Amino acid sequence: MNLKELITDKVIEKFGTALEEVSDFRDDICLTVSSDQIVAIGKFLKDDSDLQFITCKDITAIDWGTRKKRFTAVYHIYSFKLNCTLRIKANIDADPPAIETVTSVWRSADWYERETFDMYGIKFTNHPDLRRMYMPEGFEHHPLRKDFPVIGIPGSLPLPHQAE
Amino acid sequence: MGLEAKLTQDGFITTTIDAVVGWARKSSVWPMPMGISCCAIEMIAAADPKYDIARFGSEVMRFTPRQCDLMIVAGTVTFKMAQVVRRIYDQMPDPKWVIAMGACTSSGGMYRSYNVVQGIDQFLPVDVYTAGCPPRPENLLNALMTIQEKIGKTRARDFQNRSLKELELLQK
Repeated sequence: MNLKELITDKVIEKFGTALEEVSDFRDDICLTVSSDQIVAIGKFLKDDSDLQFITCKDITAIDWGTRKKRFTAVYHIYSFKLNCTLRIKANIDADPPAIETVTSVWRSADWYERETFDMYGIKFTNHPDLRRMYMPEGFEHHPLRKDFPVIGIPGSLPLPHQAE
Repeated sequence: MGLEAKLTQDGFITTTIDAVVGWARKSSVWPMPMGISCCAIEMIAAADPKYDIARFGSEVMRFTPRQCDLMIVAGTVTFKMAQVVRRIYDQMPDPKWVIAMGACTSSGGMYRSYNVVQGIDQFLPVDVYTAGCPPRPENLLNALMTIQEKIGKTRARDFQNRSLKELELLQK
């Protein structure tokens, strides 16, 4: 039994239709799951003794621009037992975009989710401290969204006063 | 006919206060190394024995702005860092000068992006811009010599009775 089958069988057995899609590109396994099940699935993948995805390596998001479900949250988790990185995607229904935080599963998710919130404006509900990571406090935009201009919005970031 | 020859003979020289003060000022420009990113490495190289910024009297890199005359802004200045750079500049005593070292500080450089200030002259009075990404140490030394030329032309009374506008800003 290869890794892909092991993981998908276990997740399907437990969650059924919450697993929407499985893709495998050059041994890069990716599960697309329903966004309201993300915490339960994460907890299962972490706690299951055969899988043990105990490390959350990264959390980011995709802005699809004009698509109906505009944002997709992307999680990269790693299992030392299987020596395998797994990608989990969750298409976000809510508008404004929001998804449950996974900090209860992986503590390291805290800052990754803050970064994703900063860059995409996705609200991670029940996050312990959802503040901006990189941009200054009081900044109103989310720079990695498709409708944000690369050069920025003039006057949105304050410069120091000039004395002379 | 050097200065030493004069000294052995109880001699004297005539000059002006402005010339002496200007010479003293330009020969001991203490830099504030505002090394924010990769240009800082070239700035450090300018201080090493090969390029030897000490030849120009500027080897005393002070990491406290209170003792500095010249701020070398070496690196990409983001909008967040701009506040810090300006505050440190405000803490330097008059007279003071600024070198914008490298493409990023001069114009934003390759970071034509929402988070980088497109040229530090938007919030600092810059005296000399240095081209390069990063500029070689020779280029920084050239900028320093240009600054020295500028400082040499100042008069002793130029910086008297300056009101501390920065102080008002800091107290706001």
